[in-house]
Amino acid sequence: MWKWLHSYADPERAYKLSGTLLPWFSTLAILLVGTGSIWGLLFAPTDYQQGDSYRIIFIHVPAASMSMAAYMGMAIASFIGLVWQIKSADWAAAAIAPIGAVITFIALLTGAAWGKPMWGTWWVWDARLTSELVLLFLYLGVISLYASFEDKVLAARASGILAIVGVINIPIIKYSVDWWSSLHQPSTIRITEKSTMSTDMLYPLLINIFGFGMMIGAITLIRYRTEILARNGMRPWVRDLATAEEAK
Amino acid sequence: MNPRRKKRLTLAVALIAGVAAVASLLLYALNSNLNLFYTPYEITHGKNDTGVKPELGQRIRIGGMVTMGSMKRDPDSLHVEFAVHDSAGGTVSVTYDDLLPDLFREGQGIVAQGVLVESGKLEATEVLAKHDENYMPPEVAEAMGQTHEKPTYNQKALEEK
Repeated sequence: MWKWLHSYADPERAYKLSGTLLPWFSTLAILLVGTGSIWGLLFAPTDYQQGDSYRIIFIHVPAASMSMAAYMGMAIASFIGLVWQIKSADWAAAAIAPIGAVITFIALLTGAAWGKPMWGTWWVWDARLTSELVLLFLYLGVISLYASFEDKVLAARASGILAIVGVINIPIIKYSVDWWSSLHQPSTIRITEKSTMSTDMLYPLLINIFGFGMMIGAITLIRYRTEILARNGMRPWVRDLATAEEAK
Repeated sequence: MNPRRKKRLTLAVALIAGVAAVASLLLYALNSNLNLFYTPYEITHGKNDTGVKPELGQRIRIGGMVTMGSMKRDPDSLHVEFAVHDSAGGTVSVTYDDLLPDLFREGQGIVAQGVLVESGKLEATEVLAKHDENYMPPEVAEAMGQTHEKPTYNQKALEEK
């Protein structure tokens, strides 16, 4: 099995595989995010306390949970790249980082926009908000480390170590609302027990969370493909691709 | 696995374990400082883990539930007075002279920042509503006997502000 998996470390095969996967991810992303958002924003019932303001949850929660999931993806890719020295994995980590940064920023922004009318403040330095801000800085650190080395093998090693070290922040974000007293509410979606949300609000939310996952997957694949091409410009198969494109 | 990969794997795992250990010790040491607020019980009896009591005149945050029926509103201004309690049995009275957030009501969790003027009395400069993790449509809430009325202000009080 390892041998079979190893064959995908070859840039050309990784490029082709991500090309085949891309349409599936993008179709699912458009379908799920479309359904979830329209259902959530237009048809889900209003909340008994917050009225319509709560609807930002359909963007905020998917963005926040995917900001953590994307970080895990990036860190795992960096780990594989570092230990087995597989360059394709390093490129995947480099491809995810900016997407994660943007989605983290979206989570922070939508949270602030909701916090102002509901809590009465844009920002408060409680454990959940602060650790999510640290996540944004980690992403920015990984991006700038990768960009600041001319030698991309060295760049991937430096940014990879930062990405792996930063993993410690993920459980802190997740459990910050349980470990310390914070202004941010504890999680609504529970895996082991009943979620504290009525089901006709919960379904569009879950659909959107999966949709955001697919969307991030699709954008990552696009960035991954360009990253592979950029790092393999001298290889014959990339040249063949370019000449074939030009001939069209 | 060849020895070089094995070495790198050990190094990477050691790195993660080391950072995790450092972070957990740090967080353990900072534990009480990472809490956003004092609970009413902690104001009179001291923090649960360290026993530190806030001093008079100190700027602090308190968090708790607004006691049912404790809300007193001055009819001519924005001045409000209410009590905040917690499950441990502490109570603190809070005064405030500004607009309350939309989610504020009796029985709702809040976080208030202000100066402790005397033991058990806080002069708040900021009142934040703490939302809980429950979301439901109004009909369901009504069936469960939970309703929500937003704070109301008279025109005169608003104009003065």
